Amino acid sequence: MSGRLASIVLVLLVLAGAAWAQNPPEPYVIGGIFSITGPASYLGEPERNTLQMLINEYNTKGGIKGHPLKVVIYDDEGDVTKARLHAEKLIQKDKALAVIGPSLTHTSMAVLPITQKAKVPLISCAAGIEITHPAAERQWVFKTAQTDAMAVNRIYQYLKKHNISQVAILTVSTGFGVSGRKQLTEQAPQFGIKVVADEVFGEKDTDMTPQLTKIRNTPAQAVICWGTGPAPAIVAKNLKQLGMKIPLIQSHGAASKKFIELAGDAGEGILMPAGKLVIYPSLPDTDPQKAVLARYDEAYRRAFNAPASSFGGYAYDAMKILALALEQAGPDPDKLRAAIENTKNYVGVSGVFNMSPEDHNGLTPEAFVMVKIDKGEFKPAE
Amino acid sequence: METLAALSQYLISGLTNGAIYALIALGFGIIFNATHIINFAQGEFVMLGALCAISLHQAFPSLPVAFVGAVLLVTLLGLLFERLALRPVKDRSPLTLIIITVGGAVLLKGLAMLWWGKEAYNLPPFSGAVPLSFGPATILPQNLWVLGVAALLLAGLEAFFRLTLTGKAMRACAYNPVAARLVGIPAARMVQLSFGLSAALGAAGGILIAPLTLGVYDMGTMLGLKGFSAAILGGLGSSLGGVLGGLLLGVAESLASGLISSGYRDAVAFFILLVVLFVRPQGLLGGRS
Repeated sequence: MSGRLASIVLVLLVLAGAAWAQNPPEPYVIGGIFSITGPASYLGEPERNTLQMLINEYNTKGGIKGHPLKVVIYDDEGDVTKARLHAEKLIQKDKALAVIGPSLTHTSMAVLPITQKAKVPLISCAAGIEITHPAAERQWVFKTAQTDAMAVNRIYQYLKKHNISQVAILTVSTGFGVSGRKQLTEQAPQFGIKVVADEVFGEKDTDMTPQLTKIRNTPAQAVICWGTGPAPAIVAKNLKQLGMKIPLIQSHGAASKKFIELAGDAGEGILMPAGKLVIYPSLPDTDPQKAVLARYDEAYRRAFNAPASSFGGYAYDAMKILALALEQAGPDPDKLRAAIENTKNYVGVSGVFNMSPEDHNGLTPEAFVMVKIDKGEFKPAE
Repeated sequence: METLAALSQYLISGLTNGAIYALIALGFGIIFNATHIINFAQGEFVMLGALCAISLHQAFPSLPVAFVGAVLLVTLLGLLFERLALRPVKDRSPLTLIIITVGGAVLLKGLAMLWWGKEAYNLPPFSGAVPLSFGPATILPQNLWVLGVAALLLAGLEAFFRLTLTGKAMRACAYNPVAARLVGIPAARMVQLSFGLSAALGAAGGILIAPLTLGVYDMGTMLGLKGFSAAILGGLGSSLGGVLGGLLLGVAESLASGLISSGYRDAVAFFILLVVLFVRPQGLLGGRS
C-alpha cells in the first residue's frame, strides 16, 4: 500500500517538476534567410555564422530580458521562390518575431511583401537601395548593408578629386550589377563625370577580354567593375592581359580577402570602396568603429577560424539592432518596429546607424572608405 | 588599325575558349562513337581536372606534377565511372545510359562541392602572367599554352586512333560493334577506354584554363553544355568536326560580345547552333546520321 502511495507522490512530483520546467520565459524566435549555398554562398555563409555566433553569445549571457533566443535559419540558395517559401514558413510555422536577411537584393525584394503583410520586421542584409526606399511604404523593412548609391558616391568623390572625368563601366547582369549600373549612370553628371562605355558580363562568364577590348578603344580614364564572386577577379586578370594601364575600380562587392587571393598579381593597385572592417587595424584609435570591428573580427576568428567579412557584418549589425530594440520594446510587433526605426548612434560594423521614419538604413557615404590593394593587403587609399 | 587590333583580340580570346570547347567536344565524340550515348558528365571531368590540379599544386608546388597527377586521377575516375555506374546496368538502351550520366554529373558536382566547398580557387599560370604583344593584340603566355597543348593533344589523339592497334580497335568498335566483337576485339574494354580517354581530355582542358578562369565546383555545367554544342555543331563523332565546332563557337561568342553586345554572348552561340541544326542536322562535318 505504502509502495503505491510513494509512486503516486513520485508521479505528482514529476508532474510538478514538468510544470516548473515550463516556467522559464518563452524563447524569442528570430528567423534568418540567407543564401548559404549557391553562387552567393560567400555572402550567406558568413551571415549565417555571424547570426549563430551572436545568438550563442546572447544565450550564454542569459538571453534578452530573461528570454532565451531561438534562431531558425533557412537557406534560399539565392532563389527567389525559395526565399518566399522560407519567409512564409518563418512567419506561419516558426512564429518568428523578426526576420534577418535575405542576402541578395532580388531575394529581399521578393520577401518583403510577405513580411510587410504579416507585420513582421525584416532586416535585410542586401545592398539594393530599393529595398528600404521609400521607407514610408516599407514600414516593416530595414537593412544594414550600405547601399550601392553610397558606394558610387564614394567612388565618384575619389575620381573627381583625382581629376578623372571619363569612365567605362562594366557591370554584372544580376540584380547587384543592374542596380549598380543605374547608380553609376545616374550619379555621374553630379560629379561632372561622363560614362564613355557601358558593358555588361554574365555572373558565370570566364572571359571578359572582348568587353575590355571595346573599352580600350574609348577615351576612358578608369574602368569601374561592378560584380561579385569570382568574375571581378577575372576582369582584373583580363585587364592586365590586355596591357591596359588605366586604374581599375571594383565595387564593395569585391572587398574581401578572397578577391585578393583570386586576382593574385593582377589585383595590385585596384581601388574599391569598402566597409572599414577590411582596414580596421590602420584606423586611428579615435574612430568609434575601431573597437567594434576588432571585437567582431576576433570573435569570428575564434569561432570559425577565419577572418570576419563585411558581409557577415551585415548580419552582425542586423542582430545587434534587433537585440537593442527587443531590450527596449519587447516582442510586441508595433513597439519593436518603432524601436528599430528609432535606432540612433548605433556604432556597428558597417558604419554608424541613425535610422528614422524616412531612412530605414541609417548610413551615410562615410560608411565607406576607398581602399587600395597594396602587396596583397587592403590599405586606405586616401 | 584600332578595329584591327580589337578584331585580333576577339579572335585570340575566342580561339582560346574555343580550344577548350574543342577538347570537351572531342570527349563527347569519343564516347558517342564507342557507345552511342552522350556523356553528360563530360563537363564535370573538366571541373575535376581543374580542381584536382589546384589541390595537387597546393600540396606539391610543381606544375608538371599537378598537371600529370590531375589528368591521371581524373582518367582513373572516368574508368571507374564506366565500370561502376554504366557497365552493371542491365537495360542498355541509350536513354537509360544517358540518364545515368546525368545522374553521375550531379553526383560529381555535389561531391566536388563537399570536398572543395563553394569557393573559387586560383592556379598560377604555367609560365608567368606578363602579356606578350602579338601584332596589334596582346596575348597571355597561358593562352599560348592552351592553344599549344590542345593542338598537341588533338594530334596525339588522331595518331592514337590511326596508328596504334588499340586505337584502330576502338574505331572498329565504333563502326561496327558486332563485327568488331566477332574478330575478337574486347568491346567492353574499348568502351571503358573511351571513358578514360575522354576524362583525360576533359581534365587537361580544365587544367589549361584554370589559370585564366579560376576553378570552382560548378564550372563544369556550362563548359559541358558549350562543348556539347560544339560537338553537335561540328558533327557528333567526327574529330575534325569537334575541333572546328569548338573553335567556331568560341570565336562566335567572342565576336558577339565584342561587336554586338556582351549580353548576347550565350544567345549568339546557341543561335548559330540552332541554325546549323535546321540547315544541316548532322553538323558541319558529320557524315553518318
